[in-house]
Amino acid sequence: MQVKCKIRRYNPTQDKKPYFSVYEVRMEPTDRVLDLLNEIKWKLDGTLTYRRSCAHGVCGSDAMRINGRNRLACKVLVRDIGHKMTIEPMMGFAVLRDLVVDMEPFFEKYKAVKPYLVNDDPAPVTERLQTPEERAAFDDTTKCILCAACTTACPPFWSNPDFVGPAALVNAHRFIFDSRDKAGAERADVISGREGVWRCRTVFNCTDACPRGIQVTNVMEEVKRKLLYDRA
Amino acid sequence: MSLAERAVARRGTNFELWSWYYFRISGVLLLFLALGHVYIVHILTPIEQVNYAFVAARYAKPFWRTYDLLLLLLAMSHGVNGMRLVLHDYVRSRPWRVFAYSVLYSAALIFTVLGALVIVTFQPVPE
Repeated sequence: MQVKCKIRRYNPTQDKKPYFSVYEVRMEPTDRVLDLLNEIKWKLDGTLTYRRSCAHGVCGSDAMRINGRNRLACKVLVRDIGHKMTIEPMMGFAVLRDLVVDMEPFFEKYKAVKPYLVNDDPAPVTERLQTPEERAAFDDTTKCILCAACTTACPPFWSNPDFVGPAALVNAHRFIFDSRDKAGAERADVISGREGVWRCRTVFNCTDACPRGIQVTNVMEEVKRKLLYDRA
Repeated sequence: MSLAERAVARRGTNFELWSWYYFRISGVLLLFLALGHVYIVHILTPIEQVNYAFVAARYAKPFWRTYDLLLLLLAMSHGVNGMRLVLHDYVRSRPWRVFAYSVLYSAALIFTVLGALVIVTFQPVPE
């Protein structure tokens, strides 16, 4: 199928401001948007820049805004987008070049929520046991691949880059709801502050954007409720 | 300062948590109070009957004064809390934010005091 693809381009060393390049390409309907980007880069315009790594929806490198919605380019088929396509970098981060954004602020927030198990109790002889129900409590949030699609789909984040954002909160949830973890209070300091989970307006863009199907908004509400109940 | 350090510096402040919770509680209360007000004053009572005498008769009962005062305080605090968050979200420059907050809180104070004064001190004037 013939696809007319508009891509937002920006090279800070040359361009005063971003602009759109338009490419006409012939793709199979079952090709992925990433194949389309490769087609452009390899055959039409080698200067087009984007991130990609595993190309199978696991590494989370190629999250971008496709027709106004955050998607992984490797997980969405050309036929599901249609003959006209607009591709832009994720919103809310500085653009380094074309579709590549600066992810450092994103990872700073990720690190701030201590996304690892904290438990200083003496290690038991065998595993730290957990019931299937205790494991199920945080199952959804173990799926996060840190692609930033949720955070950059979040209107409160667009207007307020200090907001920790859904992705960091998903990863906080992963350990807050882990029965083996002991750092709940330390994480609460980060996520219950002025730029914490309370900036969430339940817009649901994050849930729509997540390529792993994490119910992100639901996760946010679980975190809010837990913070509230822990204080009460 | 990193994000984590800044957050730790604010340890112990749960203002945003209570603000969020208050939003929910006041919202539920307002649902009943505001809809009750609209129903009683604008639907149950024919429009030509809503006049000075109607209000004076209502305010002869402490119940309606309490009702209206509660409605006023909840609506103002709920609305101002919402505006505070909108301003925090969208007014990024510090001087403008201080200015916007000042306007918001001043207006809120003036209207709350004025409204409360009327509700509490109202004395019917004989016709």
